Amino acid sequence: MTGARFPMFRRRNYSIRQKLTSMNMLVSGAALLLACTAFAIYELADFRTTMVNSLSTQAQIIGANSASALLFNDAESARNTLSALQASPNIISASIYTRSNNIFATWSRHGGEDAPLFPGIPTGQTLTYSFGGNELVLTRVIDFQGKRIGAVRIRSDLSEVSGRLVRYTGIVAAVLAMSLFAAFVFSSIFQKATARPIAQLADTARIVSREKKYSVRAPTTTNADEIALLIEAFNEMLGQIQERDSALQAGRDELELRVVRRTAQLEAVNRELESFTYSVAHDLRAPLRHIQGFADALIEECSGQIDEAARGYLTRIIESTRRMDQLINDLLGLAQVGRQELRVQPTKLDPLVNDVVRDLNHETQGRNIEWRIGDLPTVDCDPGLIKLVFHNLLSNAVKYTRPRDPAIIEAGQQTVEGERVIYIRDNGVGFNMKYAHKLFGVFERLHRREDFEGTGVGLATVQRIIHKHGGRIWAEAAVDRGATFFLTLPTAGQSKTL
Amino acid sequence: MSEAASILLVEDDPHDVELTLRAFHSENVQGRIEIARDGEEALDYLFCRGAFRSRTPDQQPALVLLDLKLPKVGGLQVLREVKASVECQSTPIVVMTSSGERRDVTESYRLGANGYIQKPVDVAEFRKAIRALAAYWLGVNLSPSRSRPGQVSAMPAPGAR
Repeated sequence: MTGARFPMFRRRNYSIRQKLTSMNMLVSGAALLLACTAFAIYELADFRTTMVNSLSTQAQIIGANSASALLFNDAESARNTLSALQASPNIISASIYTRSNNIFATWSRHGGEDAPLFPGIPTGQTLTYSFGGNELVLTRVIDFQGKRIGAVRIRSDLSEVSGRLVRYTGIVAAVLAMSLFAAFVFSSIFQKATARPIAQLADTARIVSREKKYSVRAPTTTNADEIALLIEAFNEMLGQIQERDSALQAGRDELELRVVRRTAQLEAVNRELESFTYSVAHDLRAPLRHIQGFADALIEECSGQIDEAARGYLTRIIESTRRMDQLINDLLGLAQVGRQELRVQPTKLDPLVNDVVRDLNHETQGRNIEWRIGDLPTVDCDPGLIKLVFHNLLSNAVKYTRPRDPAIIEAGQQTVEGERVIYIRDNGVGFNMKYAHKLFGVFERLHRREDFEGTGVGLATVQRIIHKHGGRIWAEAAVDRGATFFLTLPTAGQSKTL
Repeated sequence: MSEAASILLVEDDPHDVELTLRAFHSENVQGRIEIARDGEEALDYLFCRGAFRSRTPDQQPALVLLDLKLPKVGGLQVLREVKASVECQSTPIVVMTSSGERRDVTESYRLGANGYIQKPVDVAEFRKAIRALAAYWLGVNLSPSRSRPGQVSAMPAPGAR
């Protein structure tokens, strides 16, 4: 708590070295202080006893010397004897009392105090004394031949005691100062083995964390204590980090290399695909053209020599070549979509879809179609490819709603589980969800060709385009109850780089 | 053969040649059609050299129909050489080939083709194309070697040459 108000007292502001030093000094100081105090007290107590004894002896001597004066009532002689106490510098005054406790003779160093009261001596005791004020007052009986004839009272000051006390304090202070100094010096010497390694470790740790340099190491000590262990462990840890870093870097480098190689592979594959497509464009079409051409020539020029059946076969040959031509075109279109670089930009879907609806007009002549195009979002996409997506999907809707009057084709957006989804729904013939997994397969069809024409590439193309944009497409339908196609595209502003 | 041909058809595939001639015939295209079977022959014809040394350069066809996939010298190379030459560069050349690839179209025009037709597989479509082709290049268009359109000689029987 003190630390909060007085920052200088906050323990954590001090370094280890300072803490150790002050700890040492405090410990030695406290120990010394306690010891000295104990000794001082003992000494003083002892000295008191000594003083009492000394004074008692003096009283006894005075008593013995003044016995005859008492017996012969020689107050003058007694006073002389008392004045001998002048020699003792601590004695303030002395008095002799008669057996009846009357004052007999008095001597005082500074004059005054003529008839002090007799301090009683309890029966049975030879003396009594008391420490009070700044004095020691001792009263002793004077014996003569075993009988009490009077008493002597001596007053002494305690200046000797206080003198001693002062000297004692001086010595203690000096010793304390010296020992504190010694503690300080020794601390400084020993901190080399304790606080300095720790401080250096702390410095190293700071450098590492600030500059992220893992090549530095904390300086080791020659000791074998916990600090040395700590430093060793720390350095080892740094070593491990360095190793791990370089391993990581090596891993990353290898990955980079792998990526470069893979990209080269992919580019090679792409190029192969391109040349393959080019081949198809030229070489597959030529024989097809010939088949149709000569079949047609047969019909035209040999009509007289061939019968109805033959003509029928020839017609079917021609139809087949037409279909194959369509398939080739569709396949090439699909391949084209795969190869194409995506040119992504924010695109408003509302005008785009309306364009598609307009384009489909020639397919919808004479049909009763109710278009319900809702609010569509702006998305990040390649406008050309997405237009193709909507063209295929809406054209499908138009096709498969042919038996309906009116045909209802809707397009709009909705939120499904927090995700924005675009849907295209029709009330056409739908399909069996049992075959939903085939829906987007190339050349896969869920309806017979005589019921609904088509090559089965439209949805495959759509799926490829949507996937290229990082979106998803799926469908839900029921037989004779129409179909809904759902697709997701990244909102404008959050498309991922492909 | 004093009159220049109306059309030089450069095509290696014999089936395609026959079908093209059939189409010309059924559309009543007037004019003589010469066939070159590969790029080298086409160049020899147009530059009046090799087997066609006897031809004169002023007798350029009104139109050259050029396939791109040809043996010996390819269609694009023929185009490049003809359009780069001084004597023949004004001869109208329309590329007529199976491919509709963007890069073929771009390259052809870059080399100076006057037009590009992708040969349709469908017979009816092909006939329509031939009809339009003939109507324009032989009917309406004034070729560099003729003073008025449609100046041709009698048409040969189908399968000739």
